[in-house]
Amino acid sequence: MKSKLKVALIIPCFNEEESIPGLFAEIKNTRFSEHVSVTPVFINDCSKDNSKQILLNHTIEFIDLPVNLGIGGAVQTGFKYALREGYDVAVQMDGDGQHPPSELQKILDLIINNEADVVIGSRYLTKEGFQSSSLRRAGINYFKWLNKKLVGVTIFDSTSGYRALNKKALKIVADYYPDEYPEPEAIILYALHNLKIKEVPVTMRERQGGSSSIKTYKTVYYMFKVTLGTIFLYIRLKFNGKRYTL
Amino acid sequence: MENVIPYRLQIIAIILALCFMFFIFRLIAKGKLREEYSFIWITCTGLLLLFSFWRNGLDVIAKLLGIFYAPSLIFLGAIFAIVIFLVHLSVVNSKQHTQIKDLAQEMAILKKKLEENEKLYSNAKID
Repeated sequence: MKSKLKVALIIPCFNEEESIPGLFAEIKNTRFSEHVSVTPVFINDCSKDNSKQILLNHTIEFIDLPVNLGIGGAVQTGFKYALREGYDVAVQMDGDGQHPPSELQKILDLIINNEADVVIGSRYLTKEGFQSSSLRRAGINYFKWLNKKLVGVTIFDSTSGYRALNKKALKIVADYYPDEYPEPEAIILYALHNLKIKEVPVTMRERQGGSSSIKTYKTVYYMFKVTLGTIFLYIRLKFNGKRYTL
Repeated sequence: MENVIPYRLQIIAIILALCFMFFIFRLIAKGKLREEYSFIWITCTGLLLLFSFWRNGLDVIAKLLGIFYAPSLIFLGAIFAIVIFLVHLSVVNSKQHTQIKDLAQEMAILKKKLEENEKLYSNAKID
């Protein structure tokens, strides 16, 4: 008999007081296969609202960051924790309720069956559920093109933050993970470490509360920052060896 | 060649340069300025002193470099030095950014472990 895979479900929260209780209840009520045991670990990224109190009141397991690190730093905290605590798999999931826990099993299956090192839940493989604005989708198409040009991987939903990583991938992201808007950049990171990346179609919802980390007026900055980050990460890994050091 | 700079101005320049040097040394001595950053400031005070004593220095160097209007050499040199130093500060800043991030993450994880241990300990005491 195979022993159960320990899965850490990492949920970064920044001012998500409205969605935390619902999301936690939903995870608790989701049935997963007998091959995995899923532990939700919330990361409170120094929220200014009552997120921390709500986490305490519901006796939810969480890591409390002393300073606001942004989405990348918060998720990486979870990765470091998962690696140290001996988890086999880490899944990152948005704290705003966009990613339904009911879709988690689909993402985990590819890791359980050793078909991929990194699995990305994608909302564009099938046109179901919440599809987000046309501007956002134009940006996503651009990243798809950029990733293909640089590392030859086609990822349809490169901004999706619903991802599962196995131990091999965890070791890499514990060492280096981009700070701001990390998702598209991380794909380059995985691809250049020769990790197998796979996408599975998931149905996403519209956010249940809070606001997106990507606002419309910030789109230009977002595109610029991610393009720059992606290209420099590519150069760094390609020519300076695989390990990231600062 | 006749001296353009009057002596009174030269004396003021030397006094100011010495004051600046004294100020920098005091900062280092008090531990308010780290040695690795003080290097650039000591060099600056050195240059200031050099040119306040060597009155024709600027003209000589400007002529050597083929610069027609000598004071523009000051601007060129100063702006160049400032830009380099700003880049250096950005590098230091980025490094500290990463270090603070790592420290915050480490602290948050340890805090969680500590709370878990305290819970275990208090449960054991009750038993």
